Amino acid sequence: MSSTTNPSTQHTSTIGAIGAPSRRNTELALLVFAVVIPVFAYANVGLALDDQVPAGLLSYGLGLGLMAGLGHLAVRKFAPYADPLLLPLATLLNGLGLVAIWRLDQSERLQQSRTFVEAAPRQLMYSAIGVALFVAVLFFLKDHRVLQRYTYISMAGALVLLLLPLVPGLGHNVFGARIWIKIPGLGTLQPGEFAKIVLAVFFAGYLMVKRDALALASRRFMGLYLPRGRDLGPIIVVWIISILILVFETDLGTSLLFFGMFVIMLYVATERTSWIVFGLLMSAAGAVGVASFEPHIQTRVQAWLNPEREFDLSRAGVQDGIVHSEQAMQALWAFGSGGTLGSGWGQGHSDLIGFAANSDFILATFGEELGLAGVMALLLLYALIVERGVRTALAARDPFGKLLAIGLSGAFALQVFVVAGGVMGLIPLTGMTMPFLAYGGSSVIANWALIGILLRISDTARRPAPAPASNPDAEMTQVVRP
Amino acid sequence: MNKPLRRVAIFCGLLMLALLVRNNWIQYAQADKLRTDEKNRRVAIERYATPRGDIIVDGEPITGHKATGGDFAYKRTYKNGAMWAPVTGYVSQAFGANQLESIEDGILTGNDDRLFFRNTLDMLTGKKKQGGNVVTTLSGAAQKAAYNGLKKQGGKGSVVALEPSTGKILALASYPSYDPSTIAGNSLETDAKAWEKLQKKNNPDDPMLNRALREVYPPGSTFKVVTAAAALEHGMVEDADQKTDTPLPYIMKGTTTELKNDGDLPCKDASLREALRVSCNTVFGKLGTDLGNDKMLETAKKFGFGEEHFTPVRTSSSLFDKDMEPSQVALSSIGQFNTAATPLQMAMVAAAVANNGTLMKPYMVDELQTPGLDTIEKTDPEKFSEPLSPENAQILQSMMETVVNDGTGGNAKIDGVTVGGKTGTAQHGENNSKNPYAWFISYAKTDDGSAPVAVAVVIEDENAVRGDISGGGLAAPIAKSVMEAVLKSKE
Repeated sequence: MSSTTNPSTQHTSTIGAIGAPSRRNTELALLVFAVVIPVFAYANVGLALDDQVPAGLLSYGLGLGLMAGLGHLAVRKFAPYADPLLLPLATLLNGLGLVAIWRLDQSERLQQSRTFVEAAPRQLMYSAIGVALFVAVLFFLKDHRVLQRYTYISMAGALVLLLLPLVPGLGHNVFGARIWIKIPGLGTLQPGEFAKIVLAVFFAGYLMVKRDALALASRRFMGLYLPRGRDLGPIIVVWIISILILVFETDLGTSLLFFGMFVIMLYVATERTSWIVFGLLMSAAGAVGVASFEPHIQTRVQAWLNPEREFDLSRAGVQDGIVHSEQAMQALWAFGSGGTLGSGWGQGHSDLIGFAANSDFILATFGEELGLAGVMALLLLYALIVERGVRTALAARDPFGKLLAIGLSGAFALQVFVVAGGVMGLIPLTGMTMPFLAYGGSSVIANWALIGILLRISDTARRPAPAPASNPDAEMTQVVRP
Repeated sequence: MNKPLRRVAIFCGLLMLALLVRNNWIQYAQADKLRTDEKNRRVAIERYATPRGDIIVDGEPITGHKATGGDFAYKRTYKNGAMWAPVTGYVSQAFGANQLESIEDGILTGNDDRLFFRNTLDMLTGKKKQGGNVVTTLSGAAQKAAYNGLKKQGGKGSVVALEPSTGKILALASYPSYDPSTIAGNSLETDAKAWEKLQKKNNPDDPMLNRALREVYPPGSTFKVVTAAAALEHGMVEDADQKTDTPLPYIMKGTTTELKNDGDLPCKDASLREALRVSCNTVFGKLGTDLGNDKMLETAKKFGFGEEHFTPVRTSSSLFDKDMEPSQVALSSIGQFNTAATPLQMAMVAAAVANNGTLMKPYMVDELQTPGLDTIEKTDPEKFSEPLSPENAQILQSMMETVVNDGTGGNAKIDGVTVGGKTGTAQHGENNSKNPYAWFISYAKTDDGSAPVAVAVVIEDENAVRGDISGGGLAAPIAKSVMEAVLKSKE
């Protein structure tokens, strides 16, 4: 690896990544922590609940270690210059999530539920599939610019994915949100999680081509650059799609996520602040408009403004056509009861949240058992992932890579904000899952793919000499060696 | 493209910052409020997670605990729960807690800050957290006499016994009562059904009402002791045997209505002693009117009327009204009109007289103990007021002793012991349509002149024959057995 070390001869990026060491050994060292910490957490849960080290500790440790090891080997082989932090961060979050899910599996209160299934073994399987997809992304996607070719196919694919839950017989309505599809024999799938990535590819490809037109052809009005009517087309289309998701799938989170991602990418592509203003105005108008007639959204807002009242209504069994849920209040109590240092693994009562305690609300379990300190650490882990993603975008040399990286990390940040903010009562609750932590196959698999793509972009960005041959679109300009 | 990228990075940073701030808000700033919210089930889980400390009478616990399934590890049990319910209150996994169980919850669960050091030590040494004990002032013998007396009587009623020199509550009985053990759990099958049956809307007897502290009754003739005290204190009467200027029949001032006596009694110009002995309405009604509303109210307040008392269980407030017409003052002075008193209040009246005019603050918690039986806090007897001078108190004592020796209170006589008392039969209902309440207040004095016990008994018996209800007939025997129980335990 050191043989490729090449003193930087040309700076094409503001980040002096060229000629940087590969940092693979750093990654390996960090991975050791990322595996050992969840293993200790796992042992901790067992000791707290049954006073003994859980029987599955060895296989759990080996499983997580194996996944991390495979991921690391794949990175070493296929993306040697990739960012060293992303894989350990994802592994750590995935590992801790598994521990929390296993911990909630042990709860008697949840076991009494009619729909109870042991979630941890499934999640372990999903994680394995996720890591496999991660390896596959690194193996098959030798250069992220290949994705540029699939701009419009991505668009079609994303639309299909988004519409699938609406197909009768396939769609699956869980507590008011139509964001699942049911695959007979395989279980349920949340296509929105995958659509997130596919849409980012489409936006990146589209904006890369259209960004000059969008940026330059505009009129100045009151200090803002107003886009031409015809250039408004794409943003309006995306806005309409978001609204449609909101109305038909009643999924506020995904809707916000897609629109937010698009506005971020549009802003980065055009460098026009006016897009942000437009985006905010349109999302506000859309949200308020839909909320005015959609009872599902209204409930969420009610539960956000006055969780205690919702709790009372739910407890009293008030039937007024709206589903009253005590979950928002239960989550707040879980956080509050955790306090600064938390009750310790296995010693909280976050299972009181009931349904979705191990998915949408998993952060509350961390809040109660690891306390303020633990949740802040988790949030900082997420912030680090976002930061590495943004850094990758800065370091990327091609606009498509920049846009894709910022789109993916921006969406990731928005998702963390929307979920964590919802669970902590900062914003209304939406039905989305905490990446890597929460129980849910689609989420964990899609996010591993997302990390894979980011690693691929960062590998390309940090690779010492830009290898022209690696760009299939640039074959015609290949330098013929003497 | 890097400038907007950096701005997006800052935006993402702000999102994360917002999350961190919110996280600090709910897990630090608001944490205590959320953690201790009564609706937060963790509060109940915590409350029942450890064996609850005991409530102790005469050195023996009257409570216990039992391991249960589910997320509440232990539930409360009570020994002779119905008898002690007015003292303990209840603590229920399903329905919360009240009275002593609620007020001293921190000590009993071990969560009180005063147990913090000990809990931390226990945590370090690996011991399980335990609840502390609440030692009461009650006397098992007196309580038993009181409760069994009421039970034998069969009607609704209440008994309160005090130690006049300290204010210690010795007996606190209410009948009909309930066994808090039956509602201590959270089973829908047993506990919830038992709870429903005990509710007033399903049970006209209202067994969960603590009549000793929370029910007010017209005190009837027992209030004449307060009127007599007011007359003595304000110099209206100086000698128990001095004749008063009372016409018979007595027409209430400002009206044409005659204030009648209960029967043909020798009340014309009767002395205070004679008036108390035969319970003359005319004499005390006129005395009250002559004293006036303000002076009567002043004395009543000194006896504890007009405010809630915290024993530490809160009592209802007893009433002697203000701004009344002279005729209403007359009626109020014989414990009618809207005068109302808790049984505890009337026991306080008897206790103040017995304690030579000094009223001690009534209390029922003697001591709070750690699980290791070390004292955390001990209640010191506290003076409440001095409604009577010692001289006047002794005059009143001699009058009350006459009531027992030669008057309506003969049923409370105890051989070899000086007993003073006053009967009462309070009318209630429109035009006195309902059966009157039978009252008796009394105290017993030993040879050394100290009075170890003062009692108030009230019986509301809707089944009894109207004529039979008189304080002396129904209530005095119960008071007697309670006094005997206390005297015996003192030997």
